[in-house]
Amino acid sequence: MSQSPRLEVRNLSVRYQTRGGEVHAVNQVSFDVFPNEVFGIAGESGCGKSTLIRALMRLLPENGVSDADLIQYEGQSLDRMSEKKFREQVLWSKIALVPQSAMNSLNPVYRVGDQIIEAIRNHTSQEKHEARSRVEELFDVVGLESDLMDSYPHEFSGGMRQRAMIAMSLALDPGLIIMDEPTTGLDVLVQERILRRIREIRSHIASSIILITHDIAVIAEMSDRIAVMYGGRIMEQAQSEDLFDTPCHPYTLGLKNAFPSIQKLGQELVSIPGSPPSLLGKQTGCPFEARCPFSIDQCVTEIPKIESLGKNHEVFCFRNTDAPQMREQATSMSTWHSSN
Amino acid sequence: MALLELKDVTRHYEVKTGLIDRVFRGKPIRKIKAVESLNMVLNENEVVGIAGESGCGKSTTCMIIAGLLQPSSGEVLYQGKRVDQFNTQDQRWYRHQVQMIFQDPYESLNPRFRIFDTVAEGPRALRLWPESEIASKVESMLGSVGLEPGKYGDRYPHELSGGERQRVVIASALVMEPRMVIADEPLSMLDVSIRAGILELLKDLAKKRHFSCLYVSHDLSILGHIADRLMIMYLGQAVEIGPTTEVIQKPQHPYTKALISAVPVPDPRIKRGIPKISGDITRPIDPPPGCRFTPRCPYANHTCSENFLKLDSVQKTNHLAACHRLDVVSHESEMTSMV
Amino acid sequence: MSLAEKSSGFRSFLRTLREHYRIVHSNPLGRIGFWIVIFFLVIAILAPWLAPHDPWEMQYDKDGNFASLQPPSWKFPAGTTHLGYDLFSQLILATRTTFIIGAVSGIISILIGANIGLFAGFYGGKLDEILMRFTDILYGMPFLPFVIVLIALFGRKLEFVILAIVLIIWRTSARVIRAQTIAIKQRQFITAARARGCSNLRIIYRHILPNVLPLLLLYASFNIAWSIITEASASFLGFGDGNTISWGGMLYELWLSGKTRVAWWWFASPSLCIILLVTSLVFVSRAYEEVANPRLRKR
Ligand SMILES: Nc1ncnc2c1ncn2[C@@H]1O[C@H](COP(=O)(O)OP(=O)(O)OP(=O)(O)O)[C@@H](O)[C@H]1O
Ligand SMILES: Nc1ncnc2c1ncn2[C@@H]1O[C@H](COP(=O)(O)OP(=O)(O)O)[C@@H](O)[C@H]1O
Ligand code: SF4
Ligand code: SF4
Ligand SMILES: [Mg+2]
Ligand SMILES: [Mg+2]
Repeated sequence: MSQSPRLEVRNLSVRYQTRGGEVHAVNQVSFDVFPNEVFGIAGESGCGKSTLIRALMRLLPENGVSDADLIQYEGQSLDRMSEKKFREQVLWSKIALVPQSAMNSLNPVYRVGDQIIEAIRNHTSQEKHEARSRVEELFDVVGLESDLMDSYPHEFSGGMRQRAMIAMSLALDPGLIIMDEPTTGLDVLVQERILRRIREIRSHIASSIILITHDIAVIAEMSDRIAVMYGGRIMEQAQSEDLFDTPCHPYTLGLKNAFPSIQKLGQELVSIPGSPPSLLGKQTGCPFEARCPFSIDQCVTEIPKIESLGKNHEVFCFRNTDAPQMREQATSMSTWHSSN
Repeated sequence: MALLELKDVTRHYEVKTGLIDRVFRGKPIRKIKAVESLNMVLNENEVVGIAGESGCGKSTTCMIIAGLLQPSSGEVLYQGKRVDQFNTQDQRWYRHQVQMIFQDPYESLNPRFRIFDTVAEGPRALRLWPESEIASKVESMLGSVGLEPGKYGDRYPHELSGGERQRVVIASALVMEPRMVIADEPLSMLDVSIRAGILELLKDLAKKRHFSCLYVSHDLSILGHIADRLMIMYLGQAVEIGPTTEVIQKPQHPYTKALISAVPVPDPRIKRGIPKISGDITRPIDPPPGCRFTPRCPYANHTCSENFLKLDSVQKTNHLAACHRLDVVSHESEMTSMV
Repeated sequence: MSLAEKSSGFRSFLRTLREHYRIVHSNPLGRIGFWIVIFFLVIAILAPWLAPHDPWEMQYDKDGNFASLQPPSWKFPAGTTHLGYDLFSQLILATRTTFIIGAVSGIISILIGANIGLFAGFYGGKLDEILMRFTDILYGMPFLPFVIVLIALFGRKLEFVILAIVLIIWRTSARVIRAQTIAIKQRQFITAARARGCSNLRIIYRHILPNVLPLLLLYASFNIAWSIITEASASFLGFGDGNTISWGGMLYELWLSGKTRVAWWWFASPSLCIILLVTSLVFVSRAYEEVANPRLRKR
């Protein structure tokens, strides 16, 4: 991509201090988000997706510390910016967040419309009626009827609340919207409608979107580029077609073959043995090593480096040159469940 | 002979309106028709999938079949015998024959039971076998769900991961050597990388141990993978039932069509259609007598809401759908337009 | 129930106890309380061998004089009564009575309370209604007058003292355990147990009971503390068993003797024992509350 990125992140790490020790929730994560693209971050629960976002938005809890070489929004450094300036000039107006528990983020005692009007007026000098007509517009964008503005959150279904939160994030025309699991726990039809709205928003408004989910199918449909996270690191990053056509990382290969598709009835599924790693303590090797059927001795003792395969395709694996063979073998269940 | 048969099974819940509402505003007690006139058959060694949106009555159906909830009317027949007329002896036998796997592995294990005791509890409660035999069966069962008995038997549930817990739940159902297993969303609480493992395990065991399975999920991709036949429910009614490939590849009912076209596909190159329906699912409170899909259906006309519906065979096959206007709907085969 | 199952149940019970001891122990006050209770328990068990004198025998000092109303000394560490009885020996033997009353009424009351709570909570409906109305009636009764009336009716016998205490004490534990049972009953593992074929009784005792056990132990120690106080109050008012010594009974004797203003030691030692034991029990239960109430528990 020739454009300059809207968001640049280099070597972002986050640790949490806990009574059990240090949790290395995010390790050396680097990525770019380009204008007007959907950047998908996929990974299972506990792999650090939400933590990554919290670090970007400066919403880490007290026991969390983040550290990065660079975080830039349109060339402006965010990590050196003061807390106050960040809140006033970036949050909401440049980067907006639809949090993971968006469905419960509305205050139950205020009308939904009033809550959004309030948020707009906190950031701008708009009059109440101006803000109100803005909210009407936004409701229209996300497909909610404008008379719903005067309802209370409990009168909304889960999908409607989620859409109201998306409307709120759009209020100040941010250049980047981050959505953490926007459809998890919703029914397919509701999910479909929300995803369609997100697509429309992107084509009408020149926002970039970071979409976080554990659902490979959703991410495949929505994203231009995808990063696959595991154990607090990005394992593989590529254009979504490339990622699905020529996946190179063993974890991506596993995930890809673990998902049943309604279009391919009767295909053999693969399951990755073991369970996601605990992020307690410092990593000394590849985090996927314990579950990886292709691991070699080096994987235990050394942390792999990010290798670029060209075309914006990056892999975090020692055996990236063996990708074609691994791709072949990964479709068979026996590869994953022979003792290695 | 069918292993299980549901005949016009209906379950209503009463929603309590407040006293003030009832007396002063004249609001009557309202009924939620969670399941309405459900008819279905489960054959020996068959896996039937039930799909539908949240609140459409899937769990209620499961609880009724498992005998944990009484239907308001209708009959559940197991091997031709009415389940509600079972005496104590029969009931014990039924509890032995029919097992249930619950949705939430974090909730369905007693936190104060060790894994071994959890799995052994069913056989012990029904005194199926002498203790030594129970022990050996429990151990081999733990082995076949991939949990080493020596390593896991003594642990408590909080010492296991979600996937391991769900394996324990499966083991404690299958150790009873059931003829029929009811699985209510057994994967939805699990991490994506381990779902396939549990799914394959269940599929594999169903084949090896010869049990029939009723598998409930709102995820059609998973059902497409495991079920022989598929039943689609909408607001307490079955709207379509048939062989899985038929239902998924040639859906007949407008709701099924919408549902299937809404399923995302894990492949960025495949573009699917847009479902042509509007509105949200509601709660089945005092629904109209006719088709409950009417408010959202693009094909609805006056006949739909007035006349009571029954599942009807599509071209005399075992693929059934409940819609007054099937011919119109199937005519317009391009129900969905491409993205 | 087979033997293997029983023993495995017993082992897991022991394991639970050990786990609970660890929790009480990790709380400093709980630890102190625990060891004080153990100390009194040992005294109670060994009482007849520990008491230096017969508690009902007149004592003489080394000059051969009648030892009436002597303040604490080496010979009589807790002093003597106006009749020359050794108070130290009385205290030691009274520990035993107090413990018997405390433990027996504490345990019986928790057994009754737990069962009523479990059944009312589990079955709900009419049974719940009846049992809970019954507890409500007991709640309406003032505590001491009830005990006093009962003893006045049936006589000053240890059994009736215990009965009276039990009757009045079980109500709180019944309520709390009922509430907890209702909460647990709705958890999915109970439905799972039913689907597996467990009978109602099996569900109550094997599946719900272990989950209310921490709460049960908490209330058991509360109940013991309460019984001790109740017994002391009743005895002090003259409704104790006249044939045994208890701490409250010692205070009653003091009251009868009319020497309250003179013999401070006669008053001090039994009171101190009551306060010490009851507070220790409360400390232990407080330490327990952490287990029983998960919100207080550290992760
Ligand atoms: N105990 C109850 N009292 C009142 N209404 C109930 C009760 N249980 C279920 N319902 C209602 O009955 C309908 C069907 O519920 P059911 O639990 O069977 O849905 P489901 O298809 O399993 O949904 P999900 O996918 O969310 O598990 C819903 O409208 C629900 O609100
Ligand atoms: N406040 C916290 N304190 C300590 N550890 C935390 C905290 N929040 C998250 N973690 C840990 O950090 C890791 C990543 O969590 P999270 O970002 O929430 O994952 P995801 O969003 O991918 O499910 C997990 O191991 C989690 O247990
Ligand atoms: S670095 Fe080694 S262990 Fe990690 S994914 Fe690659 S081959 Fe597997
Ligand atoms: S009966 Fe009518 S409303 Fe119902 S699905 Fe068919 S066409 Fe639509
Ligand atoms: Mg998260
Ligand atoms: Mg359900």
